[in-house]
Amino acid sequence: MTADTGMRAWLLTEEPTSRRHARLAAWYKGWLTLRSNTLAMLGLIVLAFLILVAIFAPLLATHDPFAQDLGQRLLAPGEGGHLFGTDNLGRDIYSRLLYGARISLYIVLLVVMVAPVVGLIVGTVAGYAGGWIDIVLMRVTDIFLAFPRLILALAFVAALGAGIENAVLAISLTAWPPYARIARAETLTIRHADYIHAIRLQGAGPLRVVTRHIWPLCISSLVIRVTLDMAGIILTAAALGFLGLGAQPPSPEWGAMISDGRQYILDSWWVATIPGIAIFTISLAFNLLGDGLRDVLDPKDDNS
Amino acid sequence: MADQNVNQTGGRLGPPVPIWVRKSLATVATVAATILGLLFVTFMIGRVMPIDPVLAVIGERATQAQYDQTFRELGLDQPLLVQFGIYVKDVLQGDLGESIRTGEQVTTDIARVFPATLELATLGTLFGVFLGVPLGVLAAVRRGSWIDQLARFVGLIGYSMPIFWLGLVGLLIFYGILGWVAGPGRLGIFYQGIVEPITGMLLVDSALRGEWTVFRNAFSHIILPASLLGYYSLAYISRMTRSFMLEQLNSEYVTTARVKGLSEWQVVWGHAFRNIRIQLVTVIALAYANLLEGSVLTEIIFAWPGLGQYITTSLLANDMNAVLGGTIVIGTIFVAINIFSDLLYRFFDPRAK
Repeated sequence: MTADTGMRAWLLTEEPTSRRHARLAAWYKGWLTLRSNTLAMLGLIVLAFLILVAIFAPLLATHDPFAQDLGQRLLAPGEGGHLFGTDNLGRDIYSRLLYGARISLYIVLLVVMVAPVVGLIVGTVAGYAGGWIDIVLMRVTDIFLAFPRLILALAFVAALGAGIENAVLAISLTAWPPYARIARAETLTIRHADYIHAIRLQGAGPLRVVTRHIWPLCISSLVIRVTLDMAGIILTAAALGFLGLGAQPPSPEWGAMISDGRQYILDSWWVATIPGIAIFTISLAFNLLGDGLRDVLDPKDDNS
Repeated sequence: MADQNVNQTGGRLGPPVPIWVRKSLATVATVAATILGLLFVTFMIGRVMPIDPVLAVIGERATQAQYDQTFRELGLDQPLLVQFGIYVKDVLQGDLGESIRTGEQVTTDIARVFPATLELATLGTLFGVFLGVPLGVLAAVRRGSWIDQLARFVGLIGYSMPIFWLGLVGLLIFYGILGWVAGPGRLGIFYQGIVEPITGMLLVDSALRGEWTVFRNAFSHIILPASLLGYYSLAYISRMTRSFMLEQLNSEYVTTARVKGLSEWQVVWGHAFRNIRIQLVTVIALAYANLLEGSVLTEIIFAWPGLGQYITTSLLANDMNAVLGGTIVIGTIFVAINIFSDLLYRFFDPRAK
C-alpha cells in the first residue's frame, strides 16, 4: 500500500497549510467515514449506476422506447428478444425503463434546484433579520408545513395543468418548508458568532454576510435533509405520474408505466411490477445514502 | 377581560391562569391562522385555474347579458380581498359549492364518501400500532440484534416503496394467485344494499345490525388495503418508538430500577414504556393523519369509494369545487389532528406545563 505517502498524507495532515487544503482534508475525512458505511456506499453505487444508465440510455436500449408493435403486445420477459417483456402497446419495457431513468433524474434535479434554494433564502433571511420579518416568514412556513403534501400537490397540478414541469413546481411548493426551518435554526446559532461581528465591523452588509458567510454553513445540514427527502420526492413524482398528472403519455415515466400496466396486473404482471422495482431501488438508494451522509456530517444524532 | 387575565398571570386580578391554558389559547390562534392560510391557498388555486368560473355555471351558449349578471352574482367584479372574504364566509358556513360532476353539494358528496376512507385509515392505523409499538420497543431493548435489524429493514422498505405499486403487487399475490382475500371494492356484489347504513362504515354497521355474513365479506375486502396502508404507519411508528425507548433506556432511573432487581419486563414496560406513552400518542395521531392522506392512492388501486377516489376522479373531470372542497376537508382534519396531539401532550405531560 502507498498508504501514508504523498496525496493521502497531504490530505490527512493535522496542520493544513491553506484554506483550500483544510477544506479538501475535511472532505477527504468525510469520504473515508462514508466509505466505511457499506449500506451508504451501496446506495451511492446504485445512484452512480443510475446516472450512467440515464446518460447512455440510447446506447443500452435494444428497442425504440416509443415504437409500438401491437403484434408483439404483452410478451413475457425474455420472449422475442425483449429482456423485460413488452407492454400493452407492444413497447419494449427494458428500453422504456432506461429512458425513464432520465425523467426521474430530471425531476429530482429540478426539485433540488428549487425547493432547498427557496427554503435556504426564507430561512436565512428570517433567522438573520429577526423581529417581525422572522415572525411572518416562520408563520407562513408553519402554515405550509401543516398542509397535507400529496393532496396539495394534486390541487396545484389540477390548477396548473398536468405535466412534468408543473408536477415539479407542485412538489417544490410543498417541499420547501422543512429546509426553511433548518436554515433558520442554523442561522440563529451562527448569527451572534464572533466572526460574523468581525465581518460586519469590516463593513460587510447583510447581503454579503448572509450569502458569503451564513449560506456555506447551512449547506451540510441541507444536503442531508435533501438526500433523505429525495425518496419522498421520487415517490410523489411517481404518484403524480401514476394518476396521470405528471409526465404525459407516451413518456416512459415509471409511475405512468405502472399506471399502464395496472389493468393487466393479473395476467401480465411484469408490465406494472418492473417499473415499480425501479422506483423502489432508486428511493432505497437515496435513503441508504442519506442515512450514511447524516452519520458523516452530523455525528451527534445517532438514533438512525 | 379574559385577555387581561391572560396577560397578567399571577397578578391581583383573580386566580392565576395556568400556563397550559395560555398556551392553548395561543394554539387556537395558530389553528385559525393555519386554516385561513389553507383557505387562501385553495382560493388562489381556484383563481389561477384556466377554467372560466362563469362559463362553468351558465354554459357556453349564454348571452353576454347573462354572462355579466352571473359575473356580478359570483362576486367576480369585487376586489380580490373581498372575494376571499366571501369565500371564507361560505366555507365557514359549510358551503363548498356544487360539484359539476355529481350535481350535488360538495359537502353532501364528502359526507357520503368519507366514512369509507375513515374505516380504511382507522383499521390501517390499528394495524400499525399493534405491530409497530412492540416492534419498536423490542428493537430498542435488543439493540443491534436481529429484531433491531428487522425493524430497520421494515422502516427502510416502508420509506422507499411506492404505495400504489405495493397495492398492485399485493392484489396480484393475495387475490390473483393465492385467492386469500376478496378483490377491489368494499363489498361483493351479492352483499350490497343488505345493511342499512348507520355510520357509513361497513364493518361497524354490519356488526351493529348483526349481519355477520356481510361483515365477513366486508372484512375480506378491507383487510388487504388496510394492512398495506398500515404497513406505512408501522414503519413510522416502530422507528419513532425505538428512538423514544432508547432515550429512556439510557437514563439513570432505568439503571436504578435494574439495580433494585426489578425484572426486565417491569423495567421495560412498567418504567421506560410508561414514560413514552404520551409522546407515542402524538406520533400515532400524526400517523393517522398521514394515512388519511395516504389513502388517496390506495383507494384508487382497490376501487375504494372514499374521499381519495372522489378527489382524483373530480380532478380528472376538472371539477374544481370538488377537488378544493376535498383538499379543505383533508387539510382541516390534518391541522385538527396536529393540534389535538399537541394539546394532549401539553395536558398530560407535566414537563410541558
